[in-house]
Parts: sequence; C-alpha cells; structure tokens
Amino acid sequence: MPAMSETSHTKALFEILLRLGDNSLVLGHRLSEWCSKGPILEEDLALANISLDCIGQARLLLTYAGETEGKGRSEDDLAYGRLSADYRNALLVEMPNGDFGVTIARQLYYTVFADLLYSALRQSTDAQLAGIAAKAHKEIQYHLRHCTEWTLRLGDGTEESNRRIQKGFDELWAYTGDLFATTEADTQLVQAGIIPDVAALQAAWKTQIENILSQATLTLPQGTWMQKGSRQGIHTEHLSYLLGEMQSLTRAYPGASW
Amino acid sequence: MSSVTDSQWPVWEVFVQTKSGMPHKHCGSVHAPDKEIALQNARDVYTRRSEGTNIWVVPANAITASSPEDIGPFFDPSNDKPYRHPTFYEIPEGVKYM
Repeated sequence: MPAMSETSHTKALFEILLRLGDNSLVLGHRLSEWCSKGPILEEDLALANISLDCIGQARLLLTYAGETEGKGRSEDDLAYGRLSADYRNALLVEMPNGDFGVTIARQLYYTVFADLLYSALRQSTDAQLAGIAAKAHKEIQYHLRHCTEWTLRLGDGTEESNRRIQKGFDELWAYTGDLFATTEADTQLVQAGIIPDVAALQAAWKTQIENILSQATLTLPQGTWMQKGSRQGIHTEHLSYLLGEMQSLTRAYPGASW
Repeated sequence: MSSVTDSQWPVWEVFVQTKSGMPHKHCGSVHAPDKEIALQNARDVYTRRSEGTNIWVVPANAITASSPEDIGPFFDPSNDKPYRHPTFYEIPEGVKYM
C-alpha cells in the first residue's frame, strides 16, 4: 500500500530531522551560555561563533522538519513549543558546560561524530538534506579543528589542565553510546539512502577519538555501560532546565514578536 | 615594575587579505598561547563577516617599529623630492589595485 508507506516514510524523516535539528539547537544553546564568561575574550567569541553556527543549522533542519511533518509548524514552533519528552537530541549535547575542559571534551565527542555523520549526509538521496549537510559540514570542520587543538593543549598542557579535561572525558563517556542508538526510522531511511547507518560510524568515531586523546596524553575511558534514552525522548534532568531558560520568553509571552 | 602578573597570553598582530592578489592589511591584534590558536582567534575575531581570504599572524614582539622621535630624520627628507612620486606616468585602465 503506497499511501501507508509514504506516511511512515514522512514520520521517519520527521523523526530524523528532529534528531539532527535538536542536536544542533541544544548544543548551540549550551555554547551560548559561555557568552561573556569565556576564559579569554578571543575564546568567548570563538564559542559564540560556534554556537551561532549550530543555531543556524538547527533553523534549517527544524524548518525542513516542520515542512516534512506538514502540520504547519515553523522552526520556532518546534524549538519553543515542545517539552523535553518531545526533544530527540542526543543526551551528550544537553550535558552542562562544567568548566572549559568539560565543554571541550563534550565538543570533541560530539564534533567527531558530527563530522562523520554530516560528511556522509552530503551524499543523501534527499536533495534538501544533502544541501543542508554540505553547508553544515564546512562549519563542523572548523569546529573540529577548534576542539581538537584545545584538547591537545589542555591534555598536554599543565598538570591541572590535563586533570580537568580528562575528568570531562571520563564523566561524559557514558553519554556517548546514545549518539549511535537507532530506531525503526533509521532502518527505513538507511534503505532509501537518505541517511547513513549511524551505528556503523561508531568504530571510526572511537578510533579518531582515541588518536586525538593519545596525542594529547589523555586516556580513552574504558567503561562499557552506556546511558540511553534520547531516541524515546527520555532525557537527563538537565534538558528541562535548559528548555526552561531557552523557552522562557515564549512561555511568558506566547506568540511574541518584535 | 608591576607586581600584577599578566594573565593574558602573548599578543599577535593580525593581517587580513580581503581578496586574492591584494596586500594583507593590519586589522588588529589577538591574544593566543601559540601560532595555531592565534590563527583561529584571528579568524573568529576579524573574519566573521566574510572579510578575508587569507590571514597572517605575527608575534607582536617580533615587529620592530620606528619610534616617534625618528619622525624628522626618517620622513622629512622626502618632503622636497616630489619627482619620486610616480605621478608622471599614465596607468593603463585595466590595472587594478594601484
């Protein structure tokens, strides 16, 4: 029944676009929290730039998600009108900033993943998604350079910087498995050539992280237990606080514009 | 002199080339612990609105500058030698960036 499969295809694409868009939006918001609090003016600007890149990606992806869903929801409706259970971002990106070392650790775990994912998405059979991915991937390549350089310097820097960034990598490790979790939507879209199989990216991700950490005289965490749940909308408690702040204006003044 | 330790990193002077073929122009400075981070910081501070195609960063302490007292002996002698100005030549129309 073609009509049925078209509905399920639309639902699958909507789910995946939310996942991609929510990753960028939530990480973008987290990085924006550094604004005016960066360790040095230049780094404050760098983090704000990366944040703006992420929010720009989120806008394109959520707009496309709204069009795909076909219920007239805009990027703003999706960003400001959903609660945490409807968010599909990976747990990793909602984790708090911590100190600069923790932020860079989170940034490296995510960005190596994003680099692999978006590089593959450029070949998507969905032309609109491929176009968004081509633009995003350029930005991500710079983000990767930024957090790689900082990982090397903090890891191979002073005793304190090494201890702090290692703590970041250790604490966030259990949230990395969730990046590679899949659902029925993945199976469907992988078959159609729209997205790569994210689970298959994990080996390359781990090798790349391991290489950077060893160059930085850091240790790859060995834990095997992984926290999961983002694909079902089960998030850590941190996301609802983040959304509470991000959505405060819309909640106080629904439909506000200026 | 000062007992306060400077918590800032070294200063790097930033030169941005706006178009291929144009000279690099000084546009400001950044703090950075080393050259690679200096390049990244320069990119983030000075080329956010697509101002550049290439960036140079130079450690500020590697630049030797003439001092204000030198202004007389350095620059005055050329004031009365207008023949050194290439104003007697016609520049072909196609030449850009002269």
